[in-house]
Amino acid sequence: MNLEEYKGVYVFAQQVDNEISSIAFELLGKAKDLAKDLNTDVTAVLIGSGVKGLADQLAEYGADKVIVVDDPELKDYRTEPYAHALASVINKYKPEIMLVGATAIGRDLGPRVSARVATGLTADCTVLEIGDFPLQAVPGQEQLHNQLLMTRPAFGGNTIATIACPYNRPQMATVRAGVMQKIDPIKGAKANVEEFNPGFTPDNKYVEILDIVKSVTETVDIMDAKILVSGGRGVGSPENFKILEDLAEVLGGTVSCSRAVVDSGWKPKDLQVGQTGKTVRPSVYFAIGISGAIQHVAGMEESDIIVAINKDADAPIFDVADYGVVGDLNKIVPKLTEALKAEIAAAK
Amino acid sequence: MDFTLSKEHEMARALFKEFAEKEVKPLAQEVDETEVFPRETVEKMAKLGFLGIPVPKEYGGQGCDPLTYAMCVEELSKVCGTTGVIVSAHTSLCCDPIMTYGTEEQKQKYLVPLAKGEKLGAFGLTEPGAGTDAQGQQTKAVLDGEEWVLNGSKCFITNGKEADVYVIFAITGTVEKRGRLQKEISAFIVEKGTPGFTFGTKEKKMGIRGSSTYELIFTDCRIPKENLLGQQGKGFNIAMHTLDGGRIGIASQALGLAEGALDNTIAYVKERKQFGRAIGAFQNTQFQLADMATKVEAAQLLVYKAAMAKATQKVYSVEAAKAKLYAAEVAMEVTTKAVQLHGGYGYIREYDVERMMRDAKITEIYEGTSEVQRMVISGALLK
Amino acid sequence: MKIVVCVKQVPDTAGGVKFNPDGTLDRGAMLTIMNPDDKAGLEAALRLKDQYGAEVTVVTMGLPKAEEVLREAMAMGADKGVLVTDRVLGGADTWATSTTLAGAIRNLEYDLIITGRQAIDGDTAQVGPQISEHLDIPVISYAQDIKIEGDSVVVERQYEDRYHVVKAKMPCLITALSELNEPRYMTPGGIFDAYKQEITVWGRADLKDVDDANLGLKGSPTKIAKASDKVRKGAGEKVSLDPDESVSYIVDKLKVKHVI
Repeated sequence: MNLEEYKGVYVFAQQVDNEISSIAFELLGKAKDLAKDLNTDVTAVLIGSGVKGLADQLAEYGADKVIVVDDPELKDYRTEPYAHALASVINKYKPEIMLVGATAIGRDLGPRVSARVATGLTADCTVLEIGDFPLQAVPGQEQLHNQLLMTRPAFGGNTIATIACPYNRPQMATVRAGVMQKIDPIKGAKANVEEFNPGFTPDNKYVEILDIVKSVTETVDIMDAKILVSGGRGVGSPENFKILEDLAEVLGGTVSCSRAVVDSGWKPKDLQVGQTGKTVRPSVYFAIGISGAIQHVAGMEESDIIVAINKDADAPIFDVADYGVVGDLNKIVPKLTEALKAEIAAAK
Repeated sequence: MDFTLSKEHEMARALFKEFAEKEVKPLAQEVDETEVFPRETVEKMAKLGFLGIPVPKEYGGQGCDPLTYAMCVEELSKVCGTTGVIVSAHTSLCCDPIMTYGTEEQKQKYLVPLAKGEKLGAFGLTEPGAGTDAQGQQTKAVLDGEEWVLNGSKCFITNGKEADVYVIFAITGTVEKRGRLQKEISAFIVEKGTPGFTFGTKEKKMGIRGSSTYELIFTDCRIPKENLLGQQGKGFNIAMHTLDGGRIGIASQALGLAEGALDNTIAYVKERKQFGRAIGAFQNTQFQLADMATKVEAAQLLVYKAAMAKATQKVYSVEAAKAKLYAAEVAMEVTTKAVQLHGGYGYIREYDVERMMRDAKITEIYEGTSEVQRMVISGALLK
Repeated sequence: MKIVVCVKQVPDTAGGVKFNPDGTLDRGAMLTIMNPDDKAGLEAALRLKDQYGAEVTVVTMGLPKAEEVLREAMAMGADKGVLVTDRVLGGADTWATSTTLAGAIRNLEYDLIITGRQAIDGDTAQVGPQISEHLDIPVISYAQDIKIEGDSVVVERQYEDRYHVVKAKMPCLITALSELNEPRYMTPGGIFDAYKQEITVWGRADLKDVDDANLGLKGSPTKIAKASDKVRKGAGEKVSLDPDESVSYIVDKLKVKHVI
């Protein structure tokens, strides 16, 4: 493998039902940074059936070039034809970096392709940067420059590892959704669009899709919720939980509560967080009007981000909160909901 | 001498622990509060073979040793004393005497479904006037043609109304021993639903409140002649030998309660803060925990030794008595200290140690009080 | 039908994470368990065995201690256990691991291979699909339901907002989600029986059609540049502002953290 032959940052531009997934734009945003550091350009690989028209969108989000693999076999995602398409693109165009979203598609496609083209793959990355490998020069070992350094959590988020793929190309990574930033779209931007079809001959690896069932959203178990808006006795009354529910709704989150709330009969037991309730670990935990007794904290301290709102500045909840706000929840929460609503609308 | 458990035993413990944590612990408070027998848990345990652990495979059991069984009761009792005693009474007091004294027909008919958990077992010896003094029996059995006719009542019967098969003791005559007339006691297998076999009041208890404790009433209850268990007149020996095994089960229950209380307390003192630091940082707490942990381990060694003795020795009365005496007293002491270290929260039902302390008390009383165990132990010393 | 199930022994990162006083992971104090997704895969295989009749062989790669998960699998009802262990296989990334497992599986007969979607220590979800590539058979990842229809499997394949009902001809590899089922418990007697059975132990020499260049640390394309334990967090910031400022403060923080 002549590593020098491999050039350019490539992104698998995932589409579902001929609609480009948000992750594709996020990857393009990151790819642009990496390409700048490497003094190269960004290529999106668009795979599907009747998807050519989507290329302009990819250009607007930063693709310099779009390779389109368009074939009826690629209508709905199936591992084999997609892996064949992407592996063929890699073999023909020889990218130095290949980014794939860590989605239910990407986490199936990525490993299959990496095994086919015989390279490494780092899963679920949260940070990507260009640097040296080894990070510090080691006597007797050549320090390689311009390597893709891929950082990812492991051990259930308890450890962080930075990984390189120094002797194989492309350097492949799947990237967690929602972590990388898309660029502000450049209206009217055009990319160099190239069509490529490696030929698709169904074999034993082509599975048959019998049915596609789109799911309807159900009520979320608080243990599965990504965002929890949790209220305590400080909320004041069962009726006043409405302001928490509004906040949760704006963020696509779920309402939970402390033991005091369950004991008062305001909320059912299955929403209780804490030692005698459920242990939760959402991305964001809002502790609103919760003092933070250890019995409560034991059930939520592993949350990624803890935002606490409490009028008592000495409340123990502030000992575990990342962002503590001392103040009246009745004044802050409704305004927060409105502000977030505006922010989210603006981002769309 | 090797104090390490085999890999098999370690894995069995992991199984019991996982089951206890996932299936039993979430219900423990509710079972205590509502005093409702945990029927679903028993069905789950039946499916996994927990109701026939020391019974040989050819009789539908798991073919494991008494130590594995003791560990099962121990792990269940760590999270729920009620569940522990259900298994103990079923296995030690019903399966075991049928296994030891039953005929092949009795084993096929009763032991197989008991070991598979299709049926639940109980044991009826105690009467209102005959607790520690088993000779004080009043229940009588009279042979009438092809049937025994039972009259009398039994009290404080664990698994009372929930069981399907009962090992019942009754007077079948009198014999002269050293110039004195003594009651001749025999053992019988009685099925639920036999005409004349009814239930009295359900006892309201201090602890193990989900275990179903009932009075059994026999009024001209006719059972087939072949349901005599063991030899006629050997009932007292059968009862005493059965209780030796039962004591290992109760010792395991006591051990589990003590361990559960200790585990809860260790977790609590790390989190509970007073005067600006965790109460586990205070030397009083540390010394209390050290004493608790030492006694718990001593109890465990005695219990495991007794369980091993049951596997290898014909007679293990003294080992079982020592294990039960010590484990029960340790359970009471450790659960009491656990409540004390929890402070006010320890007195509140939301915290498990409150229940554990109530559950522990019975282990000093049933299947031979601590005083009876001391009689057994000292009797062997002064023989 | 012959089913091969790949399992991994992993530290219990979900329930049993232990920390050193400096906030780093105390790996020595952590218990090991059968990886939950793998256990769901094993349960799926055992259910197929109950339903259609099958021989279930469990394969693991790891240190000699990993024998424990094979015993556990057998105590649940698996028929055979294969432990792949060799010093030269240590330090493998997913590429080298999948190469190794494929080399072991080539020695076995199989209609179906089931792996867990991902292991809770690495969370990569790569080994299953990579094994299927090495063996040149179809893969269906993220299975939430598995049925057999003649010489094919029909699987519900989960995506974020939908599932596909997918049919594939056997032999085929399926990766299982822990949501697939509730794995059965072992039985006490099953444990003692499992320890009476023989376990097949294979080393490097027993692997079929694999190149040394693709094994172990040396054969791993990905290299760890740096690894560190995430230090447990303590108190963060605390502010006392008027309501409007408080709102902007929270919104800003959520933006910085990409929550919105």
